[in-house]
Amino acid sequence: MIAIIDYKAGNLKSVECALKKLGFPCCTTHNLGEILGSERIIFPGVGAAGQAIADLRHLGLNEVLRQAFEIGKPILGICLGAQIILDKSEENSAQCLGLISGEVKLFPSPLFSEKNERLKIPHMGWNSVHLIKRHSVLEGIKPADEFYFVHSYYPVPASDKYVIGTTDYGIEFPSIIGYKNLIAMQFHPEKSGTPGLKILKNFCTWNGHYAE
Amino acid sequence: MLSKRIIPCLDVRNGKTTKGIKFKENVDIGDPVEMARFYYEEGADEIVFYDITASSERRDIMIDVVRRVAEEIFIPFSVGGGIRTIEDMRAVLLAGAEKVSVNTAAVKDPEIISAGAGAFGSQCIVLGMDVKKVELSGKTPSGYEIVIHGGRTYTGIDALAWAKKGEDLGAGEICLNSIDADGTKQGYEIALTSLISGNVNIPVIASGGAGNINHMHDVLKYSKADAALIASIVHYGTYTIKQIKDELHSRGIKVRNAW
Repeated sequence: MIAIIDYKAGNLKSVECALKKLGFPCCTTHNLGEILGSERIIFPGVGAAGQAIADLRHLGLNEVLRQAFEIGKPILGICLGAQIILDKSEENSAQCLGLISGEVKLFPSPLFSEKNERLKIPHMGWNSVHLIKRHSVLEGIKPADEFYFVHSYYPVPASDKYVIGTTDYGIEFPSIIGYKNLIAMQFHPEKSGTPGLKILKNFCTWNGHYAE
Repeated sequence: MLSKRIIPCLDVRNGKTTKGIKFKENVDIGDPVEMARFYYEEGADEIVFYDITASSERRDIMIDVVRRVAEEIFIPFSVGGGIRTIEDMRAVLLAGAEKVSVNTAAVKDPEIISAGAGAFGSQCIVLGMDVKKVELSGKTPSGYEIVIHGGRTYTGIDALAWAKKGEDLGAGEICLNSIDADGTKQGYEIALTSLISGNVNIPVIASGGAGNINHMHDVLKYSKADAALIASIVHYGTYTIKQIKDELHSRGIKVRNAW
């Protein structure tokens, strides 16, 4: 069973639909026992960091996530779930989970493209990912594949060793990060068509091992 | 770098699309879920559903459509038409839509934008704007006015001022429909799109007037639009989305062309 963490943060239905389509049993839950008893965890999220952290703490999920991480359970963070695993966020000056060392930053404004066009914030739409490390969860992903992003903040791990892929939007930012049994992406694999489903499928069979 | 999005729009009435796709066999398919899946597989970047069901008691039919679409397609989609309250928004989003769009309801009560953004996040809230070109005046200094009821009612609201206000209230995106260009197949209104998109910092979807790929190229190249909405040129099989994307790509527009 795959646990999709429910802490009121946004649309969980699409993650659930994608897993159902792929044939992996899942449950959307904030039950601590159910999460710790699950085989693997998806940690999604849409919304603001401050509120998300407050909701996680209120439900006791911050500790459960930490425990799950420490015992080696495969964890996939999505969007906000790829941000609040770091130490802190510029959004609401939130103190976050600190599973990976680093912080979450707001896109600089104004932001310009290489052709000197003004870029809008949020970064919304389809963009590619430059994979700089190999990872089992990203097996079969091609350079031409694009993924759906919607965000104004982005994760900045303290060390490059945590950066698995980057994306270009005025600046080059880490769009896939990972450490041990935790992998997290700023885009929405559940909304990124076939390549996104491929990532979810890979995650659902990943053994949680990652050699940096 | 971000790709320009190509977004087919489906009008839905009582759970059926009003314009079916003409497949090669010339069969109309009126099921919005089937059409959405067809466009998803063809490479659409997003899908817009516009509910034109007249009676409010049949709204649950649309919710059922949304639920079934969410089970079948794995790209973002939005639902507009008849969204009047936070509860309407909640029902559509919980059924699996990524975004909701408000148009007339926001004109009547702009606070619905901020309330929706507060409850669900700005990324969920699309401000739909129907716009007509008018004489420059003190009331409409941009020369464009917001209209409602399919263009029959002028609101006295300046289009540019409204776009900025929508952004300030928390809209995450604007879907900008030119009533003058809509249905003409003579091309998007580039001046209007450029004016609005150049003056807000949220994405703008250009809508109204697509008759061929050249029109799409022009609006994406010259108007700062982030996305182009299309309807009849794909519903009637003039082009496939793949053809549109291949052509745009070959003419230097960045589009997503692997899926």
